[in-house]
Amino acid sequence: MTTLYMVLAILVAAGCTIGVRILPFLIFSKRKELPKIIVSLEHTLPQAVMMALLFYCIRNVNFQHLHNWTGTIIAVTVTACLHLWRRNVLLSIITGTVTYMVLLQLGLS
Amino acid sequence: MERQQPFWQIIVKTIPVMMGYIVLGIAFGLVMNQFGFNLLWAVFMSVFIYAGSLQFVLAGLLAQGSPLVTIAITTLAVNSRHIFYGLSFIETFKRMGHRRPYLMFSLTDETYALFCSLPPDQKDPYTMGTIAVMNQLYWITGTLIGSVLGEVIPFELQGVDFAMTALFTVIVVDQLRFSSNKSPAVIGAMSSVIFLLLLGPDKFLLPALSVSVVALSLIPSRFLNRST
Repeated sequence: MTTLYMVLAILVAAGCTIGVRILPFLIFSKRKELPKIIVSLEHTLPQAVMMALLFYCIRNVNFQHLHNWTGTIIAVTVTACLHLWRRNVLLSIITGTVTYMVLLQLGLS
Repeated sequence: MERQQPFWQIIVKTIPVMMGYIVLGIAFGLVMNQFGFNLLWAVFMSVFIYAGSLQFVLAGLLAQGSPLVTIAITTLAVNSRHIFYGLSFIETFKRMGHRRPYLMFSLTDETYALFCSLPPDQKDPYTMGTIAVMNQLYWITGTLIGSVLGEVIPFELQGVDFAMTALFTVIVVDQLRFSSNKSPAVIGAMSSVIFLLLLGPDKFLLPALSVSVVALSLIPSRFLNRST
């Protein structure tokens, strides 16, 4: 990656993030009522986006070879179950990551 | 109404975020290091972008050399939820004076959550400004520690990038647990799987996110939020 590409890419991401954060202040500072579609998306969009991002994280899993996905599936399951049980975000993330790193050393990715 | 609290009392409120941001920041620094980016890039991102989950996704996109359009649209999609955070503070932020621009910039998930937990008489510029600045400092500190650790540790921390997968697993589990209607998650999962099969791992995210937004906008809301 060239330095120019990195700087531009980070500035684009920074600009879009700032844009999204100040947008409501620009549009709705005067208005009282929010458009229905915005109110609806407020509840529905995060679920869909986070699900898509979870798929993005495991996108390189190759289901054609057993040893290429067992580690990922096990570690995701451990993370999810531990989180359902203890409801502690940091505990779930750290345990899941360590599980995956250990499985990787054992030859499962 | 606005009786200013001592500094340390405000810091106490930020302790949960401190733990979370430092640990996740370390994970981010380590992930950046695994992708071959040094400390400067990691800190640069944490200072100017300051959006946890996006920064993890971006590390992967940058390593692939993804086009700027993909980066822009992914950023907008991943951070779109922030639009709704601002909506809750339009009136409050009008009283923030010179701190207002920084408060708008730094309104992350965790800062938003802390602001929401403040009683009305503590929503003063000093308290909110201090919380916002401290939270970003925790995030930058974690990023620094992680990047340095990545450089110093002699062996490769293979698989540490799973922290990102674990983060999104936890977020999805929480979202599913707290909402009675799971159809948006199903829509997100279906469009992801379809485009993964059609376009492969490098190109699926953008169409999957776009189709989800369109689908959620078109489907009548009574099918999507029955409750909560």
